[in-house]
Amino acid sequence: MGELKLRETPFLTGRAAGPTPLNALGNNVLTTQIDKVINWGRSSAIWPALFGLACCAIEMMGAVGPRQDISRFGSELFRASPRQSDLLIVSGRVAIKMVPVIRQVYDQMPEPKWVIAMGACASSAGMFNNYAIVQSVDKIIPVDIYLPGCPPRPEALLDAVIKLQRKIRGEPLVKRPA
Amino acid sequence: MGPHHPSTHGVLRVRLKLDGEIVRDADADIGYLHTGFEKSFEDKTYTQGITFSDRMDYLAPPINNVGFVSAVEKLTGVDVPPRAQAIRVIMMELARVSSHELWLGTTGLDLGVYSGFFYAWRDRDLALDLNEAYSGVRMMTSFTRVGGVAWDLPDGWLDQLQKFIDVMPARLDDFESMLTDNPIWHQRLKGVGVISAQDAIEAGVTGPVLRASGVNYDVRKAFPYCGYEQYDFEVPVGQNGDCYDRYRMRVAEMRQSLRILQQAVDNLPGGPWITSDRKVALPPRSELSKSMEAVIHQFRLVSEGFKGPVGDVYAFVESPRGELGFYLVSDGTNKPYRMKVRPPSFCNLQSLRKLVQGVLVADVIAIMGSLDFILGDCDR
Amino acid sequence: MSVNPTDTLVQRLGDRFKTAVQESSDFRGDLSVVIEPGALVDVARYLKAEEGFDYLLYATAVDWPARDPRFTVVWEVRSLAAKTRIRIKTTAAMPDPHVPSLTSVWTAANWHERETWDLFGIKFDGHPDLRRILMPPTWEGFPLRKDYVSFGEPVIFSDQKLEGLEPDAIRG
Repeated sequence: MGELKLRETPFLTGRAAGPTPLNALGNNVLTTQIDKVINWGRSSAIWPALFGLACCAIEMMGAVGPRQDISRFGSELFRASPRQSDLLIVSGRVAIKMVPVIRQVYDQMPEPKWVIAMGACASSAGMFNNYAIVQSVDKIIPVDIYLPGCPPRPEALLDAVIKLQRKIRGEPLVKRPA
Repeated sequence: MGPHHPSTHGVLRVRLKLDGEIVRDADADIGYLHTGFEKSFEDKTYTQGITFSDRMDYLAPPINNVGFVSAVEKLTGVDVPPRAQAIRVIMMELARVSSHELWLGTTGLDLGVYSGFFYAWRDRDLALDLNEAYSGVRMMTSFTRVGGVAWDLPDGWLDQLQKFIDVMPARLDDFESMLTDNPIWHQRLKGVGVISAQDAIEAGVTGPVLRASGVNYDVRKAFPYCGYEQYDFEVPVGQNGDCYDRYRMRVAEMRQSLRILQQAVDNLPGGPWITSDRKVALPPRSELSKSMEAVIHQFRLVSEGFKGPVGDVYAFVESPRGELGFYLVSDGTNKPYRMKVRPPSFCNLQSLRKLVQGVLVADVIAIMGSLDFILGDCDR
Repeated sequence: MSVNPTDTLVQRLGDRFKTAVQESSDFRGDLSVVIEPGALVDVARYLKAEEGFDYLLYATAVDWPARDPRFTVVWEVRSLAAKTRIRIKTTAAMPDPHVPSLTSVWTAANWHERETWDLFGIKFDGHPDLRRILMPPTWEGFPLRKDYVSFGEPVIFSDQKLEGLEPDAIRG
C-alpha cells in the first residue's frame, strides 16, 4: 500500500484544470436536469386556445393588447385550433348548452395541457347561481389556476399566467398530475 | 360553424348548408351563453339588478345600466337631475366609442387586419381607464342608480376626458387611413351582405345595420332620453346596406360621439347627481348623523329597496348594437315581477339567415362581423 | 290640446273589432290593449296594414300563477313613421297554453316566439319552426315559469355543519 502523500498542488477543477473537451466549451454549455429543461420550454411558450366565452374574453383580449402584452410571457399566439394549443383559458360563464363543447375542446387538446379558469364565473359561477350556468368549470374539466375577478384585469390574467409558468416549472416530467 | 370559432364573436353556432363554398342556407343556433338574466332579475331588488344588467351587453355596460334604470324610473316616475343625465350621457358615449373601437379591431382581425386590433386596444384602454377612474371598474361600471348616478365625477376626471377627446380624432383618422380606401377592405366588404330598408324593418333590425340600409332611426334622436335633445349631433345614414356602409356608419358614429362628449363636458351642469327623493335614493352620508329620518330611509332602502307601482313599462336606449329595450312588469313589490330585455343582437341576428344566402363562406364571416352582435346580449 | 292619436286608435280598434278588444290601458305613456286570442291575427293584420305598425320590437310572456288564465303573452310593435308604439296582449291558460302566432304578420316574431316557447312553454299555433332556442334541445321544463326553481347550487356558509348534507353540496 502506498503511503498517502499530500499533493503539492491541489486538485484543479473546472477551467483551471487545463483544457479538456468539456472545459474547452467554457460557458457555452449548461448542464441541468431534463425535467427542468422541458418544463422551461413548456412554460416559456404557452400558446392559449382562443376560448373566449363572455365578458372575461374581452379582458383576455385586453391582455393581448398593446398595453399588457401577453406575448412578453410567451403566449405569442392564440391558436384557433385546440389541437395546436397548450392552454385553455376558460374566460366567461359556462352555460349548460356549452358543456359538451368545452369538454370536446379540452379533449382535443394534446398533452401537456393546462387550464386557467378566468373570472368568477368560470371558477365558481360568479353571481349566477341559477339553472342556466354550470357552477364552476371544474365540474367539467380539471383546472390548474383559478383567477377571481369580474372580470379580472388583464394584469391579473398575466399574473395567473406567471403563476402557471411557475407551476409548470415545478412539474415532474414522467407523471403529470391529472 | 362554431360555437368554438375565432370569428363568431362569442359562442354562436351557425349551421351552414353549403354547396361547395357557397352558402345555401343558415341556421343560427344560439343559447350557448344563456345565463338566465331575466330569471335572476326577478329575485333581486331594483338596485341589485343594476350589477346584473352590466353583464348582458358586456362591450358597453354603461348603456345597459342606463337602460335598466330608465325602465325603473319610467315605472316609478322618479326625476333624474340634469347633472346625472349629463354624466350618464358622457359614460354612454364613452362606452359607444370603446365598443365601436373594439368592433373595428375584432372585425378587422377576422378579415386579416391584425394591426387594427392593437390600434383599437390602444384607444379602448384609454376609455377603460376613464371608466376605472370614475367607477373603480374597467368594464362593469354599474354606475347608475334609480334616480341618478351613484357617484359624482372625481376631481381631474374631466381633464382626463378632455385629453381623450383631443387625442381620439387623430386616432380615428389613423384607422380610416388604414381601412377606408383599402382595396382589400373594399373587396371584402363592398356589396356583401346587402339588406334593403324594407327587409331590415321587416326583420326587426336596429342600430347601425338599419341606418346603413337608409332608414334614419336612432333612438337618441327619435325618442330622446337623458337630455340627448340638447346635444347637437348627426345620425349617419348609409345608402347601400352592405357591410362597407356599416363600417362607415360605425366610424362616423364614433366621431359624433366625440362631438357629444365635447358638448357634454363643456356644458356640464352643476347640482346633485341623484334625486333627492329619499324613498328611492340613499341619503348622503353627511345627513345620517343629523337626521333620524335619513337613517330610516337608508335602512329601508338598503334592506328591502323601494316598491314600484303596479303596471308595465317599456324603456329603451340606443346601444352600439341597436335598440336595447327593457320591458318591466311590476306587481307592486320591491322586485321586478318580470324584466324582459329586448336585446338588439337577438333581433339583428334573426336577419342572418336571409343575409347569408348565396354568399361565400368567407363572406359569412364578414357579414357576422358587420352585424356586430354580442352573444351575452343575444342569449341573456 | 290636440287629439291624442292613441286614444282614437283604441277607439278605432274597438269599433272594428268590438268584443275582441277586452281592455286597454295607457300607463306612463305606453298604450296596451288586451285582445281575445281568436281575433289576434286579424287585429295584428289590421294594425300593420292600416295603422302602419310595421316594426315588431319583441314578444314575450308574463306568468301569473295565481291568475287564470295563467299567462299573458305580449307583443310590442312600433310605427316608425308615426313614432308610436302599441302593446298587444293576450292570455293563455293552463294546462296547454297556446296562442296564435304572429309570424305571418311580422316575420321578426319568429325568434321571439321561439324564445317564449322555450322559457314558458306557450305554444304558438302557426309558427313555422317552434323549437327551443336558448336551452339545450333536450331540456325539460320551462325556466321562466314562476314554479321553476332556479338556483344552481346551495350556498354553504363557513359556520354551517357539513354532516347531513349531500356529498355534492360539500365542495370544500
